Amino acid sequence: AENEQPCGTPCTQLLVFVATPGCDGFPSLDSKESYKLSVSEGSLLLFADAVWGALRGLETFSQLVGRDENGTYYVNKTEIVDFPRFPHRGLLLDTSRHYLPLRAILETLDVMAYNKFNVFHWHIVDDPSFPYESLTFPELSKQGAFNAMTHIYTASDVQMVIEYARLRGIRVIAEFDTPGHTLSWGPGAPGLLTPCYLGKVPSGTYGPINPILNTTYQFVTSLFQEVSTVFPDFFLHLGGDEVDFTCWKSNPKIRAFMKEMGFGEDYKKLESFYIQRLLDITSSLGKGYIVWQEVFDNGVKVRPDTIIHVWKENSPPYMEEMANVTKAGYRALLSAPWYLNRISYGQDWMAAYQVEPLKFEGVPEQKDRVIGGEACMWGEYVDVTNLTPRLW
Amino acid sequence: RRSGMGRAMGLAVGLLLGLLLVPAVLVSTSFRRGAPPSEPTPEPAEWELAWGAVPEDSLWPLPQRLRTSGRQLQLAPGRFQLVHGAGSSLGPGCGLLEDAFRRYYEYMFGQSRRRQRGHRPLGVRGEPELWQLQVVVESPDPGCQSYPHLASNEAYHLTVTDPVAILKADEVWGALRGLETFSQLVYEDDYGSFLVNESEIDDFPRFAHRGILLDTSRHYLPLKSILTNLDAMAFNKFNVLHWHIVDDQSFPYQSIYFPELSDKGAYSYDHIYTPTDVYLVIEYARLRGIRVIPEFDTPGHTQSWGKGQKDLLTPCYSGEQPTGSFGPVNPILNTTYNFMTKFFKEISSVFPDAYIHLGGDEVNFDCWKSNPEVKEFMKERGFGIDYAKLESYYIQKILDIVSSYNKGYIVWQEVFDNKAQLKPDTVVEVWMGKNYAHELSSVTEAGFTAILAAPWYLDYISYGQDWKKYYSVEPLNFTGSEKQKKLLIGGEACLWGEFVDATNLTPRLWPRASAVGERLWSNRNVTDLRDAYKRLTNHRCRML
Repeated sequence: AENEQPCGTPCTQLLVFVATPGCDGFPSLDSKESYKLSVSEGSLLLFADAVWGALRGLETFSQLVGRDENGTYYVNKTEIVDFPRFPHRGLLLDTSRHYLPLRAILETLDVMAYNKFNVFHWHIVDDPSFPYESLTFPELSKQGAFNAMTHIYTASDVQMVIEYARLRGIRVIAEFDTPGHTLSWGPGAPGLLTPCYLGKVPSGTYGPINPILNTTYQFVTSLFQEVSTVFPDFFLHLGGDEVDFTCWKSNPKIRAFMKEMGFGEDYKKLESFYIQRLLDITSSLGKGYIVWQEVFDNGVKVRPDTIIHVWKENSPPYMEEMANVTKAGYRALLSAPWYLNRISYGQDWMAAYQVEPLKFEGVPEQKDRVIGGEACMWGEYVDVTNLTPRLW
Repeated sequence: RRSGMGRAMGLAVGLLLGLLLVPAVLVSTSFRRGAPPSEPTPEPAEWELAWGAVPEDSLWPLPQRLRTSGRQLQLAPGRFQLVHGAGSSLGPGCGLLEDAFRRYYEYMFGQSRRRQRGHRPLGVRGEPELWQLQVVVESPDPGCQSYPHLASNEAYHLTVTDPVAILKADEVWGALRGLETFSQLVYEDDYGSFLVNESEIDDFPRFAHRGILLDTSRHYLPLKSILTNLDAMAFNKFNVLHWHIVDDQSFPYQSIYFPELSDKGAYSYDHIYTPTDVYLVIEYARLRGIRVIPEFDTPGHTQSWGKGQKDLLTPCYSGEQPTGSFGPVNPILNTTYNFMTKFFKEISSVFPDAYIHLGGDEVNFDCWKSNPEVKEFMKERGFGIDYAKLESYYIQKILDIVSSYNKGYIVWQEVFDNKAQLKPDTVVEVWMGKNYAHELSSVTEAGFTAILAAPWYLDYISYGQDWKKYYSVEPLNFTGSEKQKKLLIGGEACLWGEFVDATNLTPRLWPRASAVGERLWSNRNVTDLRDAYKRLTNHRCRML
């Protein structure tokens, strides 16, 4: 680079130098996003270790270019050395509470790139609907989507999102949240969910995934086998939040199982039993996993490289939780103060801005385990008519 | 979070609710407020519920009196017409109605591809066909070429039966309301056929003033935004656009007499409303039966006026020295009143409505108190140190100026609270949230007309279904006689512009404002949140 001839004034080229070859891969947690930008008379240079840094640098360069009253574009002499403080900077979109058409997701990815976000956390299915069109289990979306013709993501839609994101240096981490938050899975997978009981008779309603059946684990294995292939990122988000035990408690077969296993009345043990097996399945598929904090709070045995996603504001206060999670040796992601779906009057961006993710008691090794955070836009009151102005 | 019930459960509950609610709606709406029922309450057994689609499921606002039966009529987009009926005092010469006919046809059948005349397919459905909606406007002075006003008659009677449906209204404004309702009755079945149930509707608004406030000073709103909003207002039977057009931050109104006001006071030359823009808004509104009431708020909220009109605002002092900053309009100079006389002459002729909103809120006295000439004036007039008296002195002169142009005026509540001398037909807008019921009592007790905005500041967003809290407001819940209650002529949903521009106006205002729309139009006892939820969700999808 140092041997390049200086260009004339005005300079007509931004020269981009990337040290590590390879631009056909997918970004990962370890991707290098650092870059150096050097703007001076006679040269416009962007240096990056990897292609991902080049993308970040291009965004910054585009922000430096101004236009004066005569309409002339200009850029000031500048030296920038930049790299992210946290490697995981994510945004969660919820396409189950309300379906989001592809264009809304792609537009969001564009704006994420403007803001140097690098993880799209796709909370793709949940209780209200199942829009993910599965090759292995097509009935899931046929029965579980709001409309099986129009409110689904086909395999090619999903590939489109993943590639569109990749071109912007954004990882796509899919979340198939279980065992709770799965009502929409029921219609397309009979026998998967726990039938709730009223006394001795089934009430007709369903609860979380049934953890006591072998068929459950066969199903989960097959589904996650597909999901692991479809989504190239190393990590999958497995959910594990807000499991309501009422239905399990009402089911006599489950109560029998609890006795057999010696879990007593502690349904957290049953939850852990399920999660444990889910984590093992996921590991065997060669994926790492992120889970919501309940999995950690309920004492489930997780692999040391598990990432714990902290989302509860209180009980315990999230900074305390961050301390506990990192003290136990796990990496942590922070979302609790960044639930952007909880709108309020005025300049609430300030409250989000003033959060200091490392503001908890802990040794430097702990602090290092905080790999970043995610802004969440849950979809209860959000669809394509209001997503963009609510999020940005 | 909505947890999904099993599908079977949901349907059963829905049916049960439907069976209970439809008769409830029918019974409650066949009684006029106060007077005994003039017709026998029809037997519930007469009406069968159409399976699934209960027509009342998407009416918004809910009409005063409504009867539907299970008998369905078909509409063929290629043949169905909205026409003037025999005996109507209006015909094809009424551009307003012609425009409405086309607009409502588009709303009903716009998505359909079957708009060409075609052969009627044999044996598809047995239902009789509805060929036309005939619109009969009865009054000899129906108002087609004129502007809507406070006393306009918006009542209508709709009879939907084969072969033709009849929409009767005294004035053209009622015809517009009836067209909106008719368009809400038409629905598509699973096979794409357009259907409407045999119905009879007798409807009129509970309150005559049903407004939306838009603020184009804190953020400029392009014309498109305002017009889209007028469409949404018509869907919800709102009939007043309260255009808070200028304020401290910017002055986008391009004045003919005083072009410097917007030249210097607007955010930029692109951020103005030319006389043509203004006329377009007024006419677009008129075609939807919506009055445009401009607000030129003084003496406070006027920082932007000072940029283009030297010496209009009061110079503030620090001790003996002017600080360089300015306060409210300067009430002690003759030049102020000369300016206002000329300015309001223009406003009175540009805006055809009988009322102008003169503001008068949140006047900060600090600057006046600091100015030696103002202090001198206070002494001369014997106002002591009561600056409310100076404020009233100013307001009274403005009110007189505006009256001389034969306009009525609306003012924010402070003008009343600070005891200015108001003409008896002044309208006082109550906006302060603390104990607004008490304020309504005071205002009406003093004999003034009131409109209510306080509980409906929609710019105050919050998480969740806040439409419920707006819906649950009962405007007449204040202490007062029957006579007093009659003085509350309506209300306004306000969307102040501090955090609102064209990028987020529509999703922020709607459908939350719809809750206010029903509260102001429908009968007092239409309060069931679950039924409202059902209708509002359908209405929202239709509006989109």
